[in-house]
Amino acid sequence: MGIVIFDGVAYGMLLFLIGVGLSITMGLMNFVNLAHGSFAMVGGYAASVLMNRWGLGFGLSLAAAFVAAALVGAVLEFVFYRRLYRAHPLDQVLLSIGVVFVSMAAFTYFFGPTMQPFTLPPALDGQVALLGLDVGRYRLFLIVCGVAVLAALLLGLGKTRYGAMVRAAVDNQRVAGGTGIHVQRLFFLTFSLGCGLAGLGGALSLGMLGLEPSFPLKYLVYFLMVVCVGGAGTVTGPFIAALLVGIVDVAGKYYLPEAGAFLIYVFMIAMLLVRPNGIVAKKGIA
Amino acid sequence: MTTMTKRTVLSTLLLAGFGLLGSAAQAADEPLRIGLIATYSGPYADYGRQFDAGIALYLKEHGGKVGGRTVEIIKKDTAGPAPDAAKRIAQELIVRDKVNVLTGLDFSPNAYAVGAIATQAKIPTIVMNAASSAITTSSPYVARLSFTVQQVTDPMARYMLKEGIKDAYTVVADYASGVDAETAFKKTFTAGGGKVSGEVRTPMNNPDFSAYVQRIKDAKPQAVFFFFPSGVMPPAFLKVWKERGMEQAGIKLYATGEATDDSYLDATGDVALGLVTSHHYSFAHPSPKNQKFVKDFAADNGAKLRPSYFAVTAYDAMAAIDLTLQKTKGDASGDKFMDALRGLRFESPRGPIEVDPLTRDIVQTVYIRKTERVNGQLVNVEFDKFDRVKDPAKESSN
Repeated sequence: MGIVIFDGVAYGMLLFLIGVGLSITMGLMNFVNLAHGSFAMVGGYAASVLMNRWGLGFGLSLAAAFVAAALVGAVLEFVFYRRLYRAHPLDQVLLSIGVVFVSMAAFTYFFGPTMQPFTLPPALDGQVALLGLDVGRYRLFLIVCGVAVLAALLLGLGKTRYGAMVRAAVDNQRVAGGTGIHVQRLFFLTFSLGCGLAGLGGALSLGMLGLEPSFPLKYLVYFLMVVCVGGAGTVTGPFIAALLVGIVDVAGKYYLPEAGAFLIYVFMIAMLLVRPNGIVAKKGIA
Repeated sequence: MTTMTKRTVLSTLLLAGFGLLGSAAQAADEPLRIGLIATYSGPYADYGRQFDAGIALYLKEHGGKVGGRTVEIIKKDTAGPAPDAAKRIAQELIVRDKVNVLTGLDFSPNAYAVGAIATQAKIPTIVMNAASSAITTSSPYVARLSFTVQQVTDPMARYMLKEGIKDAYTVVADYASGVDAETAFKKTFTAGGGKVSGEVRTPMNNPDFSAYVQRIKDAKPQAVFFFFPSGVMPPAFLKVWKERGMEQAGIKLYATGEATDDSYLDATGDVALGLVTSHHYSFAHPSPKNQKFVKDFAADNGAKLRPSYFAVTAYDAMAAIDLTLQKTKGDASGDKFMDALRGLRFESPRGPIEVDPLTRDIVQTVYIRKTERVNGQLVNVEFDKFDRVKDPAKESSN
């Protein structure tokens, strides 16, 4: 029982780490960014290549994954995304899905269609005894990372001047611009941050998920689920949703293997019926 | 409007006339057109790449000719399992491109879809991978040079019994081939006195195996047999298997060769070490024929692309077409070709193979291998074998 909940929490943390960036780009900035997985893939490939070909350490590779995905995000924001902030959501969907397919083809071209090799550093391999349970070290590490990212985002968006400006700009761009906030630059930074977080999540997922060019489409449904069930535009919402999805998924597969894989979809539908705007609905869009 | 129609009819008749003349005059100097239906894009693009490399190697070794005829390969992409596309492509290849032979067919649904077309057009069709047992029964013009899932699973069950295992747990991916593996394993294992104490089918798109592995750990079976398609699933499963300390818990693990597919073995990494699998081809097969094959393959494709069982079957399929056409003196018409193909025997890089005259399915040696690190490379080292294994699903009909 204990280990099942632990595994569920760890899996949920992974979903949170990959998905929270989407909550920022999609929820805060109102951009339906289905290409989120592409940025996660950029981070994953960056970390994998740096570790396996260049022998860089795991910690540094994670940082590099964040930077690489943020940079790619910044470039794409400058070239494509900023033109469509006020466009119809359907246009945004088309653009971002286009980005997904282009990124899949590009990664196949440069890295081949097969899986990327990846080995966890020995310190994160195997199990460690914790409160009477044999828990996976890597899973424990994911939980620590998840909590750290949650805390950093809550502080950054809730307590800093930057966070206040972002919230103001999201609520009313014209008034925010009138008070001297450079909205476009702010959105540019925020979008890059969301992409960087995706990259970090992608790199952290290497120990559990396989990385190949079909990654962005394969896991899209999980990112969307976490953000929609949690409430787009918030940080605590996706966190709670990811934990619930993770626990429901792992426990379902453990106790009811015949039906387990479908329980998260049942759970998602039930949650959306009860709280259509997500577990933690964003203020102002009730 | 009427003139248009008349003109169209006339030109069609003329064209048809030329076509008839052409086919009457067709002789050994006509190039042999081979339609290759495979996956060249998407997550399974590696399959098409392996096919191409195997075919190219055979043609290079034989001066671009099979059965005395020059070869023209027309490649078509299905982008993965897509029976509708495969069917449409097969029609196009036959009607528009006038192919003499169809081949490729990496996914079973695609092969089934093409079977009906092969029957209608009487076009010999050589399956290069699709591993569902019943494919060769779908048309008298379909033969298979690859393997069936049941064919490689059955020897593994026999091997486990030989090792004194009485109690096994099965884990398979929830799709047709997974169910095939589960069925074949259960049948052979229980017939030999073993007991399947638990079984689970996992969804195809399963990111985290911790729940399934934990469940097995708590059930404490003597051994586990698993089948997943090659790709991301086996490494994900093996990672969790290692993390949970299943080996230390005394639970043995066995699988079919998809788990340690040569194409993915490097990326899978050390978690595959020591895993015992059953399959018809290993890149490390020690025969001289294979050593030459691997060397020539590397010379053409570089050391990065390892020939997998896809490349070997593609190479063998070309050899089979070659040998068959030698028998028919270059005649590739459906019935003659299939008659000559039945019972064909030759030496492949994987070992001796033959086409069963009754079922048109392959009969071959299935090897038991262990993943080891040799000269810094992960390879499947063969240490036991089962000779002349037929597809067990069709054994009763023989």
